[in-house]
Amino acid sequence: MSATVNYDDVEVGTELPAQTFTIQRVNLVQYCGASGDFNVIHWNERIAKAVGLPDVIAHGMYTMAEAGRVVTDWAGDPGAVVEYGVRFSAPVPVPDDDKGTELVVNGAVAEKLDGNRVAVDLDARVGETKVLMKARAVVQLA
Amino acid sequence: MPLNRDFVGREYQAAETYEVSRELIRRFAAAIGDNNPAYTDIEAAKALGHPDVIAPPTFLTVLTFRYAMSGPVVDPDLGLNYALVVHGEQKFVHHRPVRAGDVLKVVSSVVDIRDAGRNELMTTKTAVVTTEGEPIADLYGTLVSRGTAAA
Repeated sequence: MSATVNYDDVEVGTELPAQTFTIQRVNLVQYCGASGDFNVIHWNERIAKAVGLPDVIAHGMYTMAEAGRVVTDWAGDPGAVVEYGVRFSAPVPVPDDDKGTELVVNGAVAEKLDGNRVAVDLDARVGETKVLMKARAVVQLA
Repeated sequence: MPLNRDFVGREYQAAETYEVSRELIRRFAAAIGDNNPAYTDIEAAKALGHPDVIAPPTFLTVLTFRYAMSGPVVDPDLGLNYALVVHGEQKFVHHRPVRAGDVLKVVSSVVDIRDAGRNELMTTKTAVVTTEGEPIADLYGTLVSRGTAAA
């Protein structure tokens, strides 16, 4: 149970393939159902705006899950992700349009750890806004 | 209205267990748009050394909502207005990947409640183990209660 990437083949600074995720209202509705998080701010624009949010916002956990795909796709084995933590630094508004919101995620190896593990730091942005801070995964490499 | 600080240190053991199935994993993977075969294809999961399909790294968030209804978040004495809540931080520490067939139970506790400007931050820990007692993961979550700090 470890990644298809070899520890010896990565250096601090090794970049992971970046990905762009398009988030639409339907994705949030689907995530509500799969996660059980039916907080109205993720599907009801009227209430989201009434409580001071710019629009319906994506679940933090949805954004976290999308960003994590940059790590799992790179690692080969999603089970190689032994730790994953983020701070949600800005809401991800998802307007009611056909375009959706683009989430751009970059990642790079930040640290080589003992036991063939590496720490990967992620950068997740909507436009210029960083929506995750301190986003770091620890991955068990081969 | 500020949150009730008496809740710090309280522990909640969910009475029910949670059975992870291939279909639940498939549904979660579909919801995050992730077609990694390790989540849906048993042979692909086995080729990676797993006995069955595994769940995405953030899958266990499902348990926190499954058991939220028996935890502190919905206890009226805490005073949390869920519409004012946004997620502040989340961390997963995995002891091994979650896989289909796991029967899990959780113990959640309120680690801390503190002011951060006009907001309050509530940090919880959720320990996930199998019914045989094998540790699976520890989840640390911080909720932001917007604008509820005592003036």
